[in-house]
Amino acid sequence: MLLIPCPYCGERPEIEFSYSGQAHLVRPPRPAELSDEAWSEYLYVRDNPRGRHAERWRHLRGCGRFFNAIRDTTTDRIAVTYRMGEPPP
Amino acid sequence: MSAFRTASGGRVDRARRLRFTFDGRAWEGLAGDTLASALLANGVHLVGRSFKYHRPRGILTAGAEEPNALVTVRRDAARETPNLKATQVELYDGLVAESQNRWPSLGFDVGRVNDLLSPLFPAGFYYKTFMWPRSAWARLYEPVIRRAAGLGRAPEAPDPDRYAQRHAHCDVLVVGAGPAGIAAARAAADAGACVILCDEQSEPGGALLDGAPAQIDGLAAGDWLARAVAALAADPKVRMLARTTAFGYFPHNHLGLVERCTDHIAAPAADSVRERLWQVRAREVVLAAGAIEQPLVFPGNDRPGVMLAGAARSYLKRYGVRAGTRAVLVTATDAAYQAALDLHAAGVAIAAIADLRPAAAGVWVEAARRAGIEVLAGAAIGGTRGGRRVSGVTISGRTIACDLVLMSGGYAPSVHLFSQSRGRLTWSDSMRCFVPSQSAERERSAGACRGVYGLAAALADGAAAGLAAARACGFTGIERGYAVAGESATHQAPGATPPAVADRGKAFVDFQNDVTIRDLVLAAQEGFRSIEHVKRYTTVGMATDQGKTSNLNALGLVAARLGKPVPDVGHTTFRMPYTPVTFGALAGAARGELFDPVRTTPMHEVAVARGAVFEDVGQWKRARYFPRAGEDMHAAVARECLAVRNACGVFDASTLGKIAVVGPDAAEFLNRLYVNDFAGLGVGRCRYGVLLREDGFVYDDGVIARLAADRFHVTTTTGGAARVLAMMEDYRQTEWPGLAVWLTSTTEQWAVIAVQGPLARRVIEPLAAGIDLAPSALPHMAVAHGRIAGAPAMLFRVSFTGELGYEINVPAARGVAVWEAVCAAGRAHGITPYGTETMHVLRAEKGYIIVGQETDGTAVPDDVGLAWAIGRKKPDFVGKRSIERAGIRRAGRKQLVGLRTRDPKIVLEEGAQLADRPGIPAPMKPVGHVTSSYASAVLGHSIALAMIAGGRARIGQTLFVRVPGGDVEAKVTIPVFYDPEGARLHA
Ligand SMILES: [Zn+2]
Repeated sequence: MLLIPCPYCGERPEIEFSYSGQAHLVRPPRPAELSDEAWSEYLYVRDNPRGRHAERWRHLRGCGRFFNAIRDTTTDRIAVTYRMGEPPP
Repeated sequence: MSAFRTASGGRVDRARRLRFTFDGRAWEGLAGDTLASALLANGVHLVGRSFKYHRPRGILTAGAEEPNALVTVRRDAARETPNLKATQVELYDGLVAESQNRWPSLGFDVGRVNDLLSPLFPAGFYYKTFMWPRSAWARLYEPVIRRAAGLGRAPEAPDPDRYAQRHAHCDVLVVGAGPAGIAAARAAADAGACVILCDEQSEPGGALLDGAPAQIDGLAAGDWLARAVAALAADPKVRMLARTTAFGYFPHNHLGLVERCTDHIAAPAADSVRERLWQVRAREVVLAAGAIEQPLVFPGNDRPGVMLAGAARSYLKRYGVRAGTRAVLVTATDAAYQAALDLHAAGVAIAAIADLRPAAAGVWVEAARRAGIEVLAGAAIGGTRGGRRVSGVTISGRTIACDLVLMSGGYAPSVHLFSQSRGRLTWSDSMRCFVPSQSAERERSAGACRGVYGLAAALADGAAAGLAAARACGFTGIERGYAVAGESATHQAPGATPPAVADRGKAFVDFQNDVTIRDLVLAAQEGFRSIEHVKRYTTVGMATDQGKTSNLNALGLVAARLGKPVPDVGHTTFRMPYTPVTFGALAGAARGELFDPVRTTPMHEVAVARGAVFEDVGQWKRARYFPRAGEDMHAAVARECLAVRNACGVFDASTLGKIAVVGPDAAEFLNRLYVNDFAGLGVGRCRYGVLLREDGFVYDDGVIARLAADRFHVTTTTGGAARVLAMMEDYRQTEWPGLAVWLTSTTEQWAVIAVQGPLARRVIEPLAAGIDLAPSALPHMAVAHGRIAGAPAMLFRVSFTGELGYEINVPAARGVAVWEAVCAAGRAHGITPYGTETMHVLRAEKGYIIVGQETDGTAVPDDVGLAWAIGRKKPDFVGKRSIERAGIRRAGRKQLVGLRTRDPKIVLEEGAQLADRPGIPAPMKPVGHVTSSYASAVLGHSIALAMIAGGRARIGQTLFVRVPGGDVEAKVTIPVFYDPEGARLHA
């Protein structure tokens, strides 16, 4: 079980968290202006990197806050976590 | 005292005799014995039958790596534990053990015929033979194979024992309490670290328990051990766990330990904990797991009486048991000579030492010869003789009579936990084994588990590892050493796994899974190149022992056969658990009622008292129907339905999810999320809301009321409450953090009492204070505040039945009182409590969908007739762009329709598939499927809802519903069967 440092609460075990997929995907402000292809890309196409991955987690059974984490997908090592709205370090 | 027990020595208590039975026969052992040592002390070697060939098997090892001696230990009908290793079962007075995998008896086993037929059972036999016909699997192959090749049987009664679970944190976790582990724990604790030291055996000491002939810091090794253990036990910073196996190494230094608390006790107290699962989170880990002696592979190496040399030494020195009277040692290393010398000194005749090394020489060979033992250098083993016990061994063509064969192929470091932690292994050419190289976790290996052998070296390595671990935690400590004197040369010689020997006869590589050299050769011949594939094909290393005594030999053999270096063949992956763990320990208290939380509504006990039959909806218990005497579900539901249609019914709707959405931007927030227009919803009014995912598919629905300009009461489906709140939080926190809105789950704050039916207003009116129930004041889809039966209430005029309906929301604590007041007030009007089954029928009669029943995650609003709910003027909402995609707008999508069977009595199966014409042979491509189906009491015929391709254009057509044995004719209708004009709703 991973230890995940919540930016608000500190290190907590993985069972307190829920995973929420890739980070830094911004919902297009005017979806109507997007082509079907561009919208489908936003909906479905995700990175699948080997190594460093910026992703969203939520401290569901703790403070309830969403935050971002940089996790290495090969080692599960979490390099850093940071608050929503902050740029990836 | 038995002939095989020595007069003195060892760690058994000769004053405490223990009685036990094995296969019904009574024997006697001593306190401190394992079942294996006690059997050997009585001259019993035959303890089991092998998995595939049912060959007689004896005790190979003295520890957790035992592949043969698997037994069932029975306390009573419910406490029967199969597949225990006799080498780990601690003896207690009255222990009852049985052998496994034999019928009718261990001595005469019918399955033995498999051994004679073994040419028919080569590697891959199961794959090649039992393929076709597929139907034969269920009725023929599997039952026969299972009966013939079984391990022990699980008890059939529920497990009555208690299991506990604990979480623990420490600076340094040390796994293994041999010399390296003890030194590591000591060093870490001395530096100030908080330490957990666990060991799978009954007492700490590891190899020292076998009586090392050495002095440590001026003390005999045994005395040093006693002092070291006592000092650790007295140290408040150290927690020592005996009989505790570290079975799993999980990410971020999270380790699973299982502590066996009572299995060694004759009569455990009734309230005692049998096993305790420890979940340890350690800042640093020291693995000091030791090494495992490896067998040699030669014909008949599995015969009872053939034993690892180190095990025989352990039985002698720790348990005071001579494993035989006349022994031959077959070895490829120096390490086994000590065993022969010790057994010789204890009165066991050593008929010969067969050393496979051509140039066997040196101090050990000289020592053996000095003791008068014949040493045959460059020996070749032809095989063993005997039946249920070895009677001789053929060495270089000469047969030597004996009742014990000691073998040793050297030692393999126990890298299981290291490998589980994703640490990288590297092949050591000098030691011919895999050793840890690069750690993946904050971990270090010490002693024999990383190929550092010998007492002095292990102590030094352990102390260094313990100190390094403490320093990594921020402690400062100083190095200290141990003065070791008199250490025999044994430990200074690392093990060496020899190359493969003869492939004649049955030479076993994997004892537990009955895999021979021939099987491996066959796999190589058939083109298997990777050890992972060889493993799956031959099953080598795939038994519950995970190849502790077979992996290395298999690797060596396959590599030799392929003419490749061992590292090129690779090594198999070690997985948790290191040794099997009981389900009881893993489940802990999470059994029966504690398996999962049970949620009940405020009125639950009232429903229980009225005899409700409950159903599980997620974690909720919901009243399904309220049968009267003699009624089945069908009769009760029909009566309840008619009561709601003709008079009045009362329903517990408290499980509905409820979310308070509050703040200046609450309306804007809901407007962005839901398809509906919420900005334009007036205070005091309600709207049926539809929530999509961003991909446009229906996610949830529910009535949303505007209680104030900045306050909404959102209801969700019973099952959707948590995920809808999570979705709302996601958008609030991450997409629209600028909106001033707050979300609070209020599901359990409110008791919800639905009063539905033409007489509903008459029932509630006398109970209401401060609320005008007149249709003009409180029309359909309106909400009012006031008091009901004295309780502060929100009264919604809403309906999921199509009748005049209200939902009374009162604080949860007032639920029972208000429910009873409603029932009392309604008695004169024939009020009838109804359950979820009736609720389902009533809503289906009206064509109201249930998300998750009519929808399946691929339905957009228009598919289920909800396009009307979409706020036309809204430029955007979650899912809007998706439902405008070309693929979503094309014709032929499944649409919600009704079905009327030609025979009104037939109630279709939900999920049944529909076809254009009858009799299409399977597999057919259906045009749709039935989603809901009920008998309608008020209509007098069955009804069904269905999702059908292009369904709305098919209204009036006849379709055919596939049922077992044929097709049922049904007509497509609109999905509203009762009161399609909605007149009753607005009464
Ligand atoms: Zn938190």
